[in-house]
Amino acid sequence: MPAPASPLLSLEALKVAYGGIQAVKGIDLIVGDGELVCLIGANGAGKTTTLKGITGLQPVQSGTVRYGGEDVTGLPAFQLVRRGLAMVPEGRGVFGGLTIEENLAMGAYVRQDRDAIRADIERVYGLFPRLKERRRQTAGTLSGGEQQMLAMGRALMSRPRMLLLDEPSMGLAPLMVQKVFETVLAVSREGVTILLIEQNAKLALEVSSRGYVMESGEITLAGDAKMLLHDPKVRAAYLGVGA
Amino acid sequence: MHPILDLRHRPAAALVGLALVAIVLVVLPFVLTGIGTFWVRITNLAILFCLLALGLNIVVGFAGLLDLGYIAFYAVGAYTYALLASPHFGLHLPFWVILPIGAAVACFFGVILGAPTLKLRGDYLAIVTLGFGEIIRIFLNNLAQPVNITNGPQGIARIDPFRIGDLSFSTTDSIAGLTFTGPMKYYYLLLVVLIAVIAINLRLQDSRIGRAWEAIREDEVAARAMGINTRNMKLLAFAMGASFGGISGGMFSAIQGFISPESFVLVESIMVLSMVVLGGMGNIWGVVIGAVLLSFAPEILRYTVEPAQRMMFGRTLLDPEVIRMLLFGLALVLMMLFRPAGILPSALRKRELETRRSAG
Repeated sequence: MPAPASPLLSLEALKVAYGGIQAVKGIDLIVGDGELVCLIGANGAGKTTTLKGITGLQPVQSGTVRYGGEDVTGLPAFQLVRRGLAMVPEGRGVFGGLTIEENLAMGAYVRQDRDAIRADIERVYGLFPRLKERRRQTAGTLSGGEQQMLAMGRALMSRPRMLLLDEPSMGLAPLMVQKVFETVLAVSREGVTILLIEQNAKLALEVSSRGYVMESGEITLAGDAKMLLHDPKVRAAYLGVGA
Repeated sequence: MHPILDLRHRPAAALVGLALVAIVLVVLPFVLTGIGTFWVRITNLAILFCLLALGLNIVVGFAGLLDLGYIAFYAVGAYTYALLASPHFGLHLPFWVILPIGAAVACFFGVILGAPTLKLRGDYLAIVTLGFGEIIRIFLNNLAQPVNITNGPQGIARIDPFRIGDLSFSTTDSIAGLTFTGPMKYYYLLLVVLIAVIAINLRLQDSRIGRAWEAIREDEVAARAMGINTRNMKLLAFAMGASFGGISGGMFSAIQGFISPESFVLVESIMVLSMVVLGGMGNIWGVVIGAVLLSFAPEILRYTVEPAQRMMFGRTLLDPEVIRMLLFGLALVLMMLFRPAGILPSALRKRELETRRSAG
């Protein structure tokens, strides 16, 4: 597998356990600067647990998380955000009682530059025009797809170098899923490094440059996304196409 | 922002309104003394409850952490003052030394309560805080032996009043031809403190800290993903709320001159929480209105319920104490039915309820 020239995020033999259950059994994963990499796998394969391990939401048993050349293993999420590693949690987690604009402002919590924040809110509106139309509406009244866009826009407000996306397509209508992936691609083109965690293997592989396939806590396949998309094993297991 | 205080859009109206409120607040104790000094005392207690409710509002209204033992911090502040300014230990420190100490001690207890409960929310947090409040009260009741610290259920008496130079807050003085009774002096002092606390709360709400609390209240995991140190922010909410409780407690001690564990029972915690909820969680003006209403309501009822019964039935059928609690409960139930977000709901709380209704 062609390893990226300069890794921004790397996991080395990462092990994460829930109680007695070994959910992530020592995985290696690299995301290069500026890359869009996806981690795909079935329900319960350990994808979200991997993410929780990276962001300190679940204690790491052993192994290392390196970000920007620094060992950040076990560092809490709020400190990662301050280092430019932002995340969109599973189930979106928008602030339902706040308006869209307040949600976006909250995303810039770690920043102090008022004028630039204002400009960035407009930039997010440019990316997601639907949010602008509803800027004064509470986030709780948005549809699932709109909430996902808001969650992504809000994560961008911290001006991250890298985004961790956890199942952005979960529970969305097919048309909306398409739209969400388009925006993932758009964000990536803005130069933000992305690790995309997805169950929808086909779409994830289509937008990514490289991919990792996870199965019961282990990485079973890794490589070029186009190659994985045509790999008979992947096609059989995740794309519903007989080998 | 409240319409009366809309300085930007209606500066003239706002200034006139503020001036009127100021005049009423300055003249009030003279009018009340005319009716009976008793009413000035009630007003002072109402202001103390405003301070308490504002302190609890930080924890419950801003950060969304349900605290059912808040009166414990009031107790800690009250006992700190009583022990350092009474014949009990023979210490007589001036109040401006003790009040900060009381705030600090209460703050310390706030962190002690906050630290182990960081991972708890909602009902579970409520149970632990409730227990904490009771633990403090039981300690106060029993710390009389083997070393007599709190004097147990007998409480501590002859607590020093506030004193600035030769001016004592417990005596009647004539200043510039006007007669100021003790309660009147305390009234003005309390008013100044209340204004300061309201100002601090308003600033706090609009600050980065206020926004962090808002985020935590809405969704803690998402708040962490925003780069908010949720642990420290929650501890800060407990610490600040407790400090305000401690200061109020110290003032209560000085005004009453006597305290005992009986003043810090669970019902008091529930009372302060009711003030916050009734007035409008998270809305500073709402909380003040809630505290004033609930402080005065029992007293007004006390003076109307009995005469009203005698007029209607010729005799007192129901004990005023009983009917007071009955009416009080009824008022709370009606409030929750018709204005669930409080008398003056916070903008956020109102929107949340609307969202929930349209979603459900």
